[in-house]
Amino acid sequence: MDLQVGLLDIDICGPSIPKMLGLEGQDIHQSNLGWSPVYVESNLGVMSIGFMLPNPDDAVIWRGPRKNGLIKQFLKDVDWGEIDYLVVDAPPGTSDEHISIVQYLQATGIDGAIIVTTPQQVSLIDVRKEISFCKKVGVPVLGVVENMSGLRQPLSDLRFVKPSEAGETDATEWALNYIKEKAPELLSLVTCSEVFDSSKGGAEKMCDEMKVPFLGKVPMDPQLCKAAEEGRSCFDDQKCSASAPALKSIVKKLTKID
Amino acid sequence: MENGGDSGGVPDNANEHCAGTQSETAGKAEACAGCPNQQICATAPKGPDPDLLAIIERMNTVKHKILVLSGKGGVGKSTFSAQLSFALAEMDYQVGLLDIDICGPSIPKMLGLEGQGIHQSNLGWQPVYVESNLGVMSIGFMLPNQDDAVIWRGPRKNGLIKQFLKDVDWGDIDYLVVDAPPGTKFLIDVRKEINFCKKVGVPVLGVVENMSGLRQTISTLKFVKPSESGDTDATEWALNYIKDSAPELLSVVACSEVFDSSKGGAEKMCHEMRVPFLGKVPMDPQLCKAAEEGRSCFTDEKCIASAPALKEIIKKLIKKE
Repeated sequence: MDLQVGLLDIDICGPSIPKMLGLEGQDIHQSNLGWSPVYVESNLGVMSIGFMLPNPDDAVIWRGPRKNGLIKQFLKDVDWGEIDYLVVDAPPGTSDEHISIVQYLQATGIDGAIIVTTPQQVSLIDVRKEISFCKKVGVPVLGVVENMSGLRQPLSDLRFVKPSEAGETDATEWALNYIKEKAPELLSLVTCSEVFDSSKGGAEKMCDEMKVPFLGKVPMDPQLCKAAEEGRSCFDDQKCSASAPALKSIVKKLTKID
Repeated sequence: MENGGDSGGVPDNANEHCAGTQSETAGKAEACAGCPNQQICATAPKGPDPDLLAIIERMNTVKHKILVLSGKGGVGKSTFSAQLSFALAEMDYQVGLLDIDICGPSIPKMLGLEGQGIHQSNLGWQPVYVESNLGVMSIGFMLPNQDDAVIWRGPRKNGLIKQFLKDVDWGDIDYLVVDAPPGTKFLIDVRKEINFCKKVGVPVLGVVENMSGLRQTISTLKFVKPSESGDTDATEWALNYIKDSAPELLSVVACSEVFDSSKGGAEKMCHEMRVPFLGKVPMDPQLCKAAEEGRSCFTDEKCIASAPALKEIIKKLIKKE
């Protein structure tokens, strides 16, 4: 959308952002203006502790004060330049990192928080706590996203197995030929599975109860998972047909809110 | 980049050349001048943490302690901890389940114990019992309102964890299962957890690959016809069509690999990091239901996809211990 964007990863213990932007192995350079973000595109700069670890398997076993120190340093020393949006990716929960980021940024104005959840009740219980946290510290809740909201796949993408006493045999080729012959109209259909039970209403109902906006659902999409792991945008090619439209819709709502 | 906590007696915010909080010169050395901990070090008693002694005493009646960790959140660690506890209890072991996920305690719900309170006796805090041989402790039992956010910094959380270990009267138990919070994308973070365990000297009993694909019989799938204006439900139509024209499909199981494991998944990683691979648990909507309703997945026949896999894993675990 041609906006200038910064992405700050403050998940000190589990920084996923470098991989997801295709930036593994990159280093941070310093200039006289401060630390330079690592640029994916000329208008998308990224900062993460992931860039500072010599070995990606290294565990960062830090207690709170040291993590807070690094978050402060990210906010103080990184030279973002003029940007439209700073997206801050926080770790799960309501702990040191969250308290710190809110404390440090509050004076400069935080537009709000987006909370991501999956549909099950146990996830929603934690989201309610996140919403309470935001209300308590005065951060507006821009909305909740229900992720992994069911699995949609064209029938032709499925694998099939025939279970038996001795174990399982792959029956994918057989099944697809069988379908083409006997029931070809099935091939134009999309299958839906609801992996995480949302019979109690999922995130949408919870948002209604807690009076926060519901931004939308994103279905499980193996293609999205691939794109994320390969550091690609899901919007670039046509592969993420299940998830990209849903994500786009959510982003549009967000930019209108702001 | 160094990784240090204060596990050598050197706090994170200490001065350079800190001799350690347990050193004879702690708080009094030249290097201590201006350190925020100087007062504490100069006046605090040296020697082992007395709380540690109390914890050791409590743990004397606990035969085996298993930590359940995960790198990332949302992978199903609490579900696994709960089902592991159910399984061990069903094998007639005495089991304690300790939920130390202070910010996001899921365990009470998963054991059907929401709304319960903690009772104290002269022996200490009483676990909340699901069965006579399965006791549970969680901060979830202490929150007056489920929606309350527990916004604590590290030291306070540690204080509560210490208290759980010091004050809870587990009695004589065979297994204490500890459900930890996430921390320390998927395999990237598990590698960090394994390194963490190696670093602090905790044996890695093994890795469980959860949500390892989705398996469903064709008859349980929903079908939709996508179109410009949206989706139309076509489930009934599709099932009748299959029964009429392609009935052999009904005995076939459909598999989806939601999370890409083409790089080898957890099994390959375990091989590389030389830790045991305990097994895969498929995604099972029935397991999700059981977890949310606080039920054991082993008691009814519904969790056909996941229960056998979990059982296998637990058998491997017991053999190790």
